[in-house]
Amino acid sequence: MENDVLLLAIESSCDETAASVVKNGRTVLSNVISSQIELHKLYGGVVPEIASRKHIEKINQVVKEALDTAGVTLDDLSAIGVTYGPGLVGALLVGVAEAKAIAYAKKLPLVGVHHIEGHICANYIENPDLEPPFLCLVVSGGHTHLVRVKDYGAYEILGRTRDDAAGEAFDKVARAIGLGYPGGPKIEKLAKEGDPHAIPFPRAKIEDCAYDFSFSGLKSAVLNYMNGCKMKGEAVNEADIAASFQQAVIDVLVRNAMQAVEDYQADTLAIAGGVASNGTLREAVQKACREKGVRFCHPSPILCTDNAAMIGTAAYYEYQKGVRHGWDLNAVPNLKLGERV
Amino acid sequence: MKILALDSSGLVATVAVVEDDNLLAEYTVHYKKTHSQTLLPMLDTIAAMIELDLDSIDAIAVAKGPGSFTGLRIGSATAKGLGLALNKPLIGIPTVDGLAYNLYGTDKLICPLMDARRSQVYTGIYEFVKEEFHVLDAQMAVPIEEIAHRLNGYGREVIFLGDGVPVFSERLAELMQVPYTFAPAHMNKQRASAVAVLALSYAKAGKTETAEAHMPDYLRPSQAEREREEREKAGKC
Repeated sequence: MENDVLLLAIESSCDETAASVVKNGRTVLSNVISSQIELHKLYGGVVPEIASRKHIEKINQVVKEALDTAGVTLDDLSAIGVTYGPGLVGALLVGVAEAKAIAYAKKLPLVGVHHIEGHICANYIENPDLEPPFLCLVVSGGHTHLVRVKDYGAYEILGRTRDDAAGEAFDKVARAIGLGYPGGPKIEKLAKEGDPHAIPFPRAKIEDCAYDFSFSGLKSAVLNYMNGCKMKGEAVNEADIAASFQQAVIDVLVRNAMQAVEDYQADTLAIAGGVASNGTLREAVQKACREKGVRFCHPSPILCTDNAAMIGTAAYYEYQKGVRHGWDLNAVPNLKLGERV
Repeated sequence: MKILALDSSGLVATVAVVEDDNLLAEYTVHYKKTHSQTLLPMLDTIAAMIELDLDSIDAIAVAKGPGSFTGLRIGSATAKGLGLALNKPLIGIPTVDGLAYNLYGTDKLICPLMDARRSQVYTGIYEFVKEEFHVLDAQMAVPIEEIAHRLNGYGREVIFLGDGVPVFSERLAELMQVPYTFAPAHMNKQRASAVAVLALSYAKAGKTETAEAHMPDYLRPSQAEREREEREKAGKC
């Protein structure tokens, strides 16, 4: 135990209050997530002020539970890791203030972590032999990035969305079909009953960057299609819309990711983020990787959703590199991937 | 008894350590930086200055609200984290009470004003009878007209203070029918020392809470909750 590096990590960037204890960067001793999703369903999406209020209500018990489950005390820790961006500023601030106060009181080093870098690092947890370099497709409600992981803590963004994130498109289309929030799991479920080739929705290609994404046109195409049916008095088949929409998103994600795999001669492609728990997306990426003879890595669904274990893993590699934040660490709602503040 | 106190409810960030009848250290800043950047470094600075052993603290006091929602949470999360790490109880002090306590010993009525936006003010009415602190009208969010009306009803001279004073001073000139003055700079904003001294009396009365149970008292639902309630009410009519 003596040379083990034990980190407590805290995550509160959106609507999950989470804490985790991670040993040596890859062994998760606890992973506690208090989800607020039921609360936000009443509003059809995450309400920042309500999320922040819920975080402050839950934060201490989530941290305690993470320590208790791991069977460690604060005195056993080497450092505290915390998400400081990107995300909802009020929500982030709860975790940041809590982490700083605990670290200060226990005289522990403080390591701020980028939320999306955390998502990417989730892949290390269940793939003990995974090491950089590799490519990672990050797809969530707020982000759609194609990232080259050059080394631990060294990231290059190859492509990003020009407008909506993939998860955002799922939410918007789900709302249009009347499925409610959150859209991702609901579309996926309904899509299983539909034909993915029923409606030819567009697959946007960005002229000047083969790796960039655009989903707002696709979303509009779905809305236009539904309006068109309505005008003509035709019944819409929601399952076909869900399946065809989902397929269009997946086709674009896979197309761009595989283009990067080829261009960079990558031998490993990982996926990360909330949308990475979509089974149809996983199967499609897996199939494409198999065809190319490329290794495919993905976290379990529980590690795809917002969690603190991934923050603990990311914090571990930052900690090993000597990254330490001061007591003036602030939340940075628009923190850029790979940026160090 | 030693109390560490924090207040980041308004424009001022302030931290203090009080031991019985002594203020050991206080640091108060009114500057554009966010409380997230200032509060803990300020505590670190005074703690180093007085060689504070954090384990020697008996309780952590925090202005629990009302105030800026985000500011309250920065103070509360800091207090909760300290409480968890040090295994110490918390004492939540109503923000407006803490402000009023700055004016110890006056024979006039005390009326703190904090700009609550949406044409409201976070306020309350207080007095000292000898050394005893009395809450006449507990902290509330009301239009400035309402608090002026209540003060006129008491028929006594008033001292106003708080970061709402510049926002409402013109309106007060129209509304007030009793004599009033404004407190000077050294006592007209949040002071963690006042929060700490009030917390001493709370501690003596056994009014502490666990770090886990502590929550800010916003005095107001969020905008989304308010609008949902209004929609539901409208739907029922």
